[in-house]
This record gives sequence, C-alpha cells and structure tokens, in this order.
Amino acid sequence: MVAVAPIFAQEKIKARVDNLQFFYGKTQALKDINFFVPEKKVVALIGPSGCGKTTLLRCFNRMHDLYPNMHYSGRILLEPDGVDILNAKVDPIELRMKIGMVFQKPNPFPKSIYENVAYGLRIRGEKVESFIEGKVESALRDAALWDEVKDRLQNAASSLSGGQQQRLCMARSLATDPDIILFDEPTSALDPIATARIEELIDELKSRVTILIVTHNMQQAGRVADYTAFMYLGELAEFDRTSKIFTNPTQKLTEQYVTGCFG
Amino acid sequence: MNVDRSNWIYRQKFYENIFLAASIFFLIVSATILGALLFDLVRSGASRLSWTLFSSFPSRFPEKAGILSAWVGTLLVMLVTSLTAIPLGVAAGIYLEEYAPKNRLTALIEINISNLAGVPSIVFGLMALGIFVYKLSLGQSVLSAGLTLALLILPIIIVTTREAIRAIPLSIREGAYALGATKWQVTKDHVLPYSSGGILTGIIIALSRAIGETAPLVTIGALTFIAFLPGSPVQAAPPFINFEWLTSPFTVLPIQMFNWISRPDPEFHKNAAAAGLVLLLITLSLNAIAIFLRIRFRRRVRW
Repeated sequence: MVAVAPIFAQEKIKARVDNLQFFYGKTQALKDINFFVPEKKVVALIGPSGCGKTTLLRCFNRMHDLYPNMHYSGRILLEPDGVDILNAKVDPIELRMKIGMVFQKPNPFPKSIYENVAYGLRIRGEKVESFIEGKVESALRDAALWDEVKDRLQNAASSLSGGQQQRLCMARSLATDPDIILFDEPTSALDPIATARIEELIDELKSRVTILIVTHNMQQAGRVADYTAFMYLGELAEFDRTSKIFTNPTQKLTEQYVTGCFG
Repeated sequence: MNVDRSNWIYRQKFYENIFLAASIFFLIVSATILGALLFDLVRSGASRLSWTLFSSFPSRFPEKAGILSAWVGTLLVMLVTSLTAIPLGVAAGIYLEEYAPKNRLTALIEINISNLAGVPSIVFGLMALGIFVYKLSLGQSVLSAGLTLALLILPIIIVTTREAIRAIPLSIREGAYALGATKWQVTKDHVLPYSSGGILTGIIIALSRAIGETAPLVTIGALTFIAFLPGSPVQAAPPFINFEWLTSPFTVLPIQMFNWISRPDPEFHKNAAAAGLVLLLITLSLNAIAIFLRIRFRRRVRW
C-alpha cells in the first residue's frame, strides 16, 4: 500500500492509483502513475495534448476494454473496499454502474429527453415507472435542466442546444447515483456561458460525488478543481492542491505549462 | 485581382459546366431507356392485364394462359428466402460488426463475403443443385429454390447491415457503455434501432434482386408449365400450418416470362410483357415499402 502523502492528511481517499502503466499495443501511453483521488473533491488532469490525460481518465471506468490490444498494469484501488478496478476479475459493466462519465462532445442518444435520463435505470432492470420518473426529475434538477425541459420531456434530445445536451448527459450519468463521475473535457465544445453553467454544476456536485475532470483549459482547472495533476509525456509530473500547482509549483515544467510557455 | 487568376477561375468554371452538361446528358439517356422499356412493356402487355391473367394457369392458348402458378410460386419462394436470409444475414452482420474480434480470420471472412456478393448467380444455382437438390434430397422444390435465392442474397444483406451499423457514431455506443450497458443492451437498445432503416433498405434491395432471378432456379430445375398450386401454407383445420408446399415443384414469374418469350407465337409475347409488368410492379412496390419504412424508422429515431 502506498503511503498517504502529507497533502492528503485531512482528506478521505476515494481511489488510489498505484504504479499504473498503460499500453496501446506496444506503445506505452502511461508510465508509473501514482496519486490519490480524495473523496467528494474535484481533481483536474491537465497537460499538453497527447500527454495521456484522457487515457488515464478512461482507465477509471475501463473504457479501454472496449477496444483490442490495450492493456494495463498496476492498480487503481477503489475505497472503502480496496477493490482493484483494473483486475480482470472485476466486471467492467459492474464498475461502470458506479462510475459515470461525461464526454467531450455531448452525445445524447437519439431518443427523447426522458428516455436519455431513464436509460441508466432501465439497463439496471428498473421497471417501476413512477420510481424512474422521480429519478429522472431529480437528475434533471441536479443538472439544472429541469426548468428548461419539464414541459417537453418527450421531445427529442437533439432539439436541445449544445450546452443543454451536455447537461442532459450529466443528468444521464447522475440518474444512477454514481460514486465517481469522470469528465472528459466536458466544455470544449461549448460557449463561455454554457461552460460557466457546467462549471457551477461541477462545483455543486462535489458535495455528493467524487469528480475527475480532464481539461485543456487551465483557467477551468483553477476555477473548479481542488487538486490538479499535471501530466507530461505519459507521466504524472506533479500532483498537488490546485492553488499550489498554479502559484508555486515544485517542477519547472509545471510552471512553464501553467504560465503558458508551452502546451 | 490579376488577369491570370480570373482567367484561371473562368477555365475552372468552364470545366465544371462541361461536367454538369455531361451528367445531365447521361441522366437523360438512362431515364429515356427506362422510359422506353416501360412504354414498350405497357404497349404490348397492357391488353393482357386482366383478372384472367392472374387467375389462370399456363395454357396452350395465349389468351387463356395466365400467371397464377407463377406469382404464387414467386410469393412462396420469396417467403422461404426472406425467412432464411433475413435473420441469418442480419445476425451475421451484427456479429461481424459488434462481436467479432478484429483479427486475420475475421478479415478473411469479411473479404470473402464481399466476394460472394459478386459471384454469378448461376454458380449459386449449380452449388444448390449439388447440395440442396441431390445431397440433401430436397428435390426440385419451393424449399430448394428459396434456399438458393437466400444464399444468393445473404452477402448483400450482410454487407448492407454492416454498413448501416457502422454509420452509428462511436460516441453513442461509448455513452451507453459508460452507463454500464452490456454489449447486448447496446446492440438491442441503440445499434439495431438506429440502423434499422438502413438494414431494411438493404433487405428490400436484396429481395428485389432475388425476385427477378431466373438462372439459378432454372439450374435447380424449375418447371415452366405448372397447372396446379402448391398446398396452402395455412389451413382451416388444426394444426393450421401446412408445410407440404415446401416440397412442391414450382415456377416463378421470370421463368414463366422466359417460357412465353421463347415461343414463336407473338400472342405469347404479349403475355410475357404483361407478366413483366407484374414483376416490375412487385419490384417497384417493394421499393416503395422500403422508402416508407425508412421514413417511419427515421422518424422514430430522433437524431
């Protein structure tokens, strides 16, 4: 077991990443990644394109399992049970039921608004429609979308604007009460106002769920994240409190990146 | 703007207009050919289009001869073809696209399926003669004919199913998987519903091809003169379904046409034209159904 670093002294740990390596075929995309994800906090993954942020994020719900020739080594231990989610014995389906994901581009299903949010419950075998209705409403409220769509739940999800669609996707993953939500550059396709709303939501959500967010936008990391991981060439260059990373980073490289010298 | 550039743009626009003119010309040519064909069929066949044509068996007298056994045969053969080729083809397409591991073996299978789509139909007929008629002793029957045409169109259905499935964006699948859906849930809730319009279109194009096939059916021994109908698939008495028709000898519309057209008496040629019109109408209505279904399914999926 990895020792708890001092910065985590007051935090409850949700996940421990222990010596994680990841390979696309023979190419190593992640090298010796070690860090902690504190519970009910926001952790941002930043770094230049191709540094492995998204690859790392997708390890948490084993999305890589969908494609051939990808393998992991090392462990990601999910607390409090200490289950290694990279273990082949852990069913990725079961894992994804506990860990939600919001993608870079809004990807609502070509179904109604209601059915989009209800889908997670339906695939879990939920049959009681009144229960599903309640869940759909509360998820849409949590995603600050309820007031905008309550009169047109049966309309197509594609009739919503881009920002609304992204909040719908958040509601979709919230409806099943996940422990962790993974955000993969959730605002990169949105305008500043829609972006601000998503950021507000992330801020509100962290009272209930643990959040990991990949972002290209350093200001965004500064605004929403409690902790920030700076990645470079597949390695975790620095991991610390966000304020520390942005004001007084230990590594020269981190400083250069956050001040915009490269990236 | 300098003179050279405006000259260059002028030349490019000139090429564009030449291409446009050529396209329109070829379009008119092919439309005219189709129109002339239709006109010719109607002119020589319309006088024979009557209830007698549909309700009579073939006969030595052209004015008494009809296509009853032919259209019933076509219908029954197509029933067997649809019932076998559609489930097999769609399932194979789904398997190859969603489940099959991407390795050399599946690549080889994929190439061969595309090749199969290009095999001349008479070759399928020869194979069916050997396998269905003799080896499996199915005889020169509706069943053999249906299975032969099913084999013929199977590759078309597989290929179009795969293309329809491939058109679904990856992000939609990932969205469903990320919620914890299993492969089967993703397939039945997303992949199939969103691709059903394309799959249906492929199925109907394939059936339209099968309905006009003659060569493979002649090869397995379709008769040209049938003065009786196969037993009805449904009956009033239990068990209500009857499979006797499967083993019955058969003829189909294109074969009936071929038979009439090869007779010296020009009166029979009119019958052939009328039968051709019927066949064309069946094909066109199949296409109309395809368009209708595609619109309906597209309305249900709300991109």
